[in-house]
Amino acid sequence: MQPFRKHTGIVAPLDRVNVDTDQIIPKQFLKRIERTGFGEFVFYDWRFAPDGSKKSDFVLHEPRYANATILVAGKNFGCGSSREHAVWALADYGFRAVIAPSFADIFANNSLKNGLLTVRLTDNEMAEIMRRAGSTQNYQLSIDLEKLTVADGRGFSASFTMDDFARHCLLNGLDDIGLTLQHEAAIAAYEAKHPPLAEIGAILPILR
Amino acid sequence: MAPRTLFEKVWDAHVVTEPDGQSPLLYIDLHLVHEVTSPQAFDGLRANGRRVRQPHRTVATVDHNIPTTPRGLPIADPIAARQIEALQKNCREFGVPLFDMDSAEQGIVHVIGPELGITQPGMTIVCGDSHTSTHGAFGSLAFGIGTSEVEHVLATQCLQQKKPKTMQIDVRGKLPAGVTAKDLALGIIGQIGTDGATGHVIEYTGEAVRSLSMEGRMTICNMSIEAGARAGMVAPDETTFAYVKGRRFAPNGKTWEDAVGAWRALGTDPGAKYDRVVTIDAASLAPFVTWGTNPGMVVQVNARVPELNSFTQESDRRAAEQALAYMALQPGTPIEQIAVDRVFIGSCTNSRIEDLRAAARVAKGRHVNPKVRAMVVPGSQAIKQAAEQEGLHRIFVEAGFEWRESGCSMCLGMNPDILQPGERCASTSNRNFEGRQGRGGRTHLVSPEMAAAAAIEGHFTDVRKWQFS
Repeated sequence: MQPFRKHTGIVAPLDRVNVDTDQIIPKQFLKRIERTGFGEFVFYDWRFAPDGSKKSDFVLHEPRYANATILVAGKNFGCGSSREHAVWALADYGFRAVIAPSFADIFANNSLKNGLLTVRLTDNEMAEIMRRAGSTQNYQLSIDLEKLTVADGRGFSASFTMDDFARHCLLNGLDDIGLTLQHEAAIAAYEAKHPPLAEIGAILPILR
Repeated sequence: MAPRTLFEKVWDAHVVTEPDGQSPLLYIDLHLVHEVTSPQAFDGLRANGRRVRQPHRTVATVDHNIPTTPRGLPIADPIAARQIEALQKNCREFGVPLFDMDSAEQGIVHVIGPELGITQPGMTIVCGDSHTSTHGAFGSLAFGIGTSEVEHVLATQCLQQKKPKTMQIDVRGKLPAGVTAKDLALGIIGQIGTDGATGHVIEYTGEAVRSLSMEGRMTICNMSIEAGARAGMVAPDETTFAYVKGRRFAPNGKTWEDAVGAWRALGTDPGAKYDRVVTIDAASLAPFVTWGTNPGMVVQVNARVPELNSFTQESDRRAAEQALAYMALQPGTPIEQIAVDRVFIGSCTNSRIEDLRAAARVAKGRHVNPKVRAMVVPGSQAIKQAAEQEGLHRIFVEAGFEWRESGCSMCLGMNPDILQPGERCASTSNRNFEGRQGRGGRTHLVSPEMAAAAAIEGHFTDVRKWQFS
């Protein structure tokens, strides 16, 4: 996983609450069996008309946000389906971080596994970033995960909190399957004490 | 020991280790797998030379993108076919049991787990699907995960998880006649909002919950995710044991007695504390219909589409305005005047035998409005067969409903069952997001009874006023 320490980039304001994962990546793109190549489909129904033409009024299609790497949005971002494809699409499109007042739990977990930083700021801070991103050309923010700060170098700064362990994994780009496997002895001991119910184990021979 | 909640008992029993400075490592008893969120996880195993640690704690089926037309026909969509083939190949290669397309056990993953007796009280259950919360109806801790976590569980049978907070939703009194578990779920989300339970595991308590069948409990636990919850749970009781007993993979004989003894001890201890408590007055509930583009945008059937000035928060007002524009609805329109083009009875929320019986009772001797196309999609092959044995399929077909094969179908429209742009649908599913059932489609969430009644009238109608033969 790509580590996240510091990042400075252009901010795109998506001024909507409850942005669900069906909007981030519509279901017709979930049939792919690869992890890559989802970026071109991000927010597909909002970005493209039914005939496939670009909707020029959608925020990501405004030229000044073309190279945005930080998305700022309203509360409860990423609600709905557990599809990790939503995170793959945002990351593949080029986003390194999403800033919102709150995130759905599964989306936040999925982001963590893919080096996409989710930053929780207050409603007022989020609104201020929206305002500045809307009124300033090439509005940029710098996010520092070591210091847990967000700043624009023009008078706006805010701090955020994050679970220590999640932060540690992001800072170091840790493969957490590898981390879990370091506890092999504990897992094996647990399994020895908690054998599966025989009836569930019996599924396998029945189906084979 | 201090008094503990149901959630805390299940959580504590599954903590493998709590390494310093890390989240607890939780053991997963049962991992359910389907075709859409697993291919990249199996690829990850292959790339790292890993195996499935516990194939006998892993069960796969195909549900999300399979057609609901008669089985045995080739799948017309080549990309869907490739995804299903990938699951078949992965299950063979890694030794994972698969209830394949043509098997008698095939069905929606959250329907077949309980139906086969694989889902049992006190378990930890995960699946790469947010509606895994359904299984919490049995007093198990069940939650949805993403594909990276699917790979993690395949490889280690564990997940590192931050401990969620607890929320009690205490439903006091009895549900009025004609008010279903679906209405209770929609009423709760309407009250607490689609992020009302974020970061929490809900335990549903109270007389109205205790009185629900297992099907009803599955419906409310299923919709927990629509309130943002990590999971929903109901403490196991005699209703639970009666449902599980005798099912194919349920314990039997002496093992059954031992299991029930352990399950009885799972209920929340007197004096145990929740982080948050919400109370719901069951008597205040009625059949609900969503009017907007998330499940929290909901009113009672005899109400009207809300006025924009009824929203106090500016962001909520704007969201309502966007939703009404998408839904092509005017504020103040009586819900009962909204006409529908399509009706969908199915999904992991409402496709079980009890749901089909309820819809059939409404449909019996009546006919689907000629302007409406209505389909019934049973949750599993077993439900389809049971319904056919009871003659429910004849009631539906004679009334003009399509009677189809099992799968997720139009709940998420990954298979050919989708809405056309602008079509309006009364749906027993769980999400009314923009485009969820097809681009430009407009979804209204309702109970099976309300969906069947809307199919017959051609618009929403208060099913409580109907007479039944």
